[in-house]
Amino acid sequence: MLKIDNLQAEIGGTRILNGLSLEVNAGEVHAIMGPNGAGKSTLAYVLGGRPGYEVTGGSVEFIGRDLLDMEPHERAAAGMFLGFQYPVEIPGVSNVQFLREALNAQRQVRGEEPLSGGDFLRLAKEKAGLLKLDMDMLKRHVNVGFSGGEKKRAEMVQMGILDPQFAVLDETDSGLDIDALRIVGEGINAIMRAPEKGVLLITHYQRLLDYVKPDYVHILSKGRIVKTGGPDLALRLEEEGYEAVAA
Amino acid sequence: MNALTALPTRKDEAWRYSAVEALVGADLDAWRAIDVPAGESYRECLTIEDSESTELRRLRVSIGESARCELFAVIAAGRLGRIEVEVRLAKGAHFELGGVTLGGRDTVREFVTRVVHAEPEATSNQVIRSVHWGKGTGNFLGQIDVVRDAQKTDAAQSFKGLLLEKGASVNAVPQLEIFADDVKCAHGASVGQLDETARFYMAARGLSPELARRLLVQAFIGDAFVALDDEAERERLMGVALAKLDLHL
Ligand SMILES: Nc1ncnc2c1ncn2[C@@H]1O[C@H](COP(=O)(O)OP(=O)(O)OP(=O)(O)O)[C@@H](O)[C@H]1O
Ligand SMILES: [Mg+2]
Repeated sequence: MLKIDNLQAEIGGTRILNGLSLEVNAGEVHAIMGPNGAGKSTLAYVLGGRPGYEVTGGSVEFIGRDLLDMEPHERAAAGMFLGFQYPVEIPGVSNVQFLREALNAQRQVRGEEPLSGGDFLRLAKEKAGLLKLDMDMLKRHVNVGFSGGEKKRAEMVQMGILDPQFAVLDETDSGLDIDALRIVGEGINAIMRAPEKGVLLITHYQRLLDYVKPDYVHILSKGRIVKTGGPDLALRLEEEGYEAVAA
Repeated sequence: MNALTALPTRKDEAWRYSAVEALVGADLDAWRAIDVPAGESYRECLTIEDSESTELRRLRVSIGESARCELFAVIAAGRLGRIEVEVRLAKGAHFELGGVTLGGRDTVREFVTRVVHAEPEATSNQVIRSVHWGKGTGNFLGQIDVVRDAQKTDAAQSFKGLLLEKGASVNAVPQLEIFADDVKCAHGASVGQLDETARFYMAARGLSPELARRLLVQAFIGDAFVALDDEAERERLMGVALAKLDLHL
């Protein structure tokens, strides 16, 4: 459902992605691991269409469409969700207002009826419960004053509410305590483990992969995939490090 | 044509950033008086929302001992839209102003206030938020006078400008004349643009650039209505402001 072919991208004239290719089929979870600065977040941002991330070559096909040809909000409506490594604070805008408007904007693009206030709150409550996030947190301004772990959990509540086809999750596990890691892992499974959905899981740690079992593990280094394997590759990485495994 | 001779110039502090040339034909002597008797409360919400030329509102407010006056206003129309308020505070009185200016093209929209703390223990709080685009200008000229005996005065001014496009501008000129020594006067002014990171985050959740901007502007100007304890009025004022933003005029 996501086919990345020979993708090249630069930021401010500096080449970051160097011919990256990757294909995720429906029903699959792929993990991407790699050293700091390898280009993992850059890949996530390029898939999300962040301004300033210039694609200079290659292609990305998403559910039969040219992803790179779409505006960021159109990608979201087409079913692409980006879980941020650093979720953004928006003072003055409550989570409830933000997410209801976002969901209804997506529904409108898809030709669906908007959700009423009551229906939205029921949905939000259900997804907050799934992630064990207090509903009161959703009444507060988006990510403002949230702890690092709360931000990551709120990010998954957003994913639950928006119910995307595909999720790129950039280090959703970092900053989570041990219990929260399990809750988030189970949340990802509940929301995204389905025959018609796909996940790209960017992580530094094997631990999340104990909960969300990947079908494939890729090592990204210097802007390209240098090795691909099964779940055991992550275990080997944990024991031996990038230098030894990716060489 | 005798109105011309009475026109102010930009040398006049109160007209420094204004569109004085738009004043031809305006009635510069039309002051409206608001007197709030001792111990009472008064609230008024004003909007300038459908004038194409010059729209001038001048208020002279006198607030009695321990009385309270709250003004909330949106200036969203007029080639020149201007609200001037002169306030005199008696002992222990409070004045609250929440003001919003919005506009594009080559419009000028401004608040000009003079708040006189004439007796001790009075408080005042002015919050102005200005959102402009095109070649639009937003101004806040706020003078605060604290007379010699007005001890324990607490006067605050906050101004923030949000420029949606290059070419728009805002000016904030606080002017403090303080002759008492036990006085708190806080004023802050800042200018910024829409947060690009927030915009991308919102887009990544499915909000179009227009919707994201609308939400961010709503959050920004919301500061001016925090003290307005009337949800329906707050929504009305917000509606007037956002409608102007949607038209992008
Ligand atoms: N705005 C920018 N301007 C210039 N270089 C940038 C910019 N943003 C990122 N880079 C560079 O791009 C490279 C890849 O960064 P990226 O954030 O994608 O790495 P990452 O794999 O996500 O690392 P980490 O594991 O630390 O999160 C880094 O060398 C980084 O310094
Ligand atoms: Mg990263």
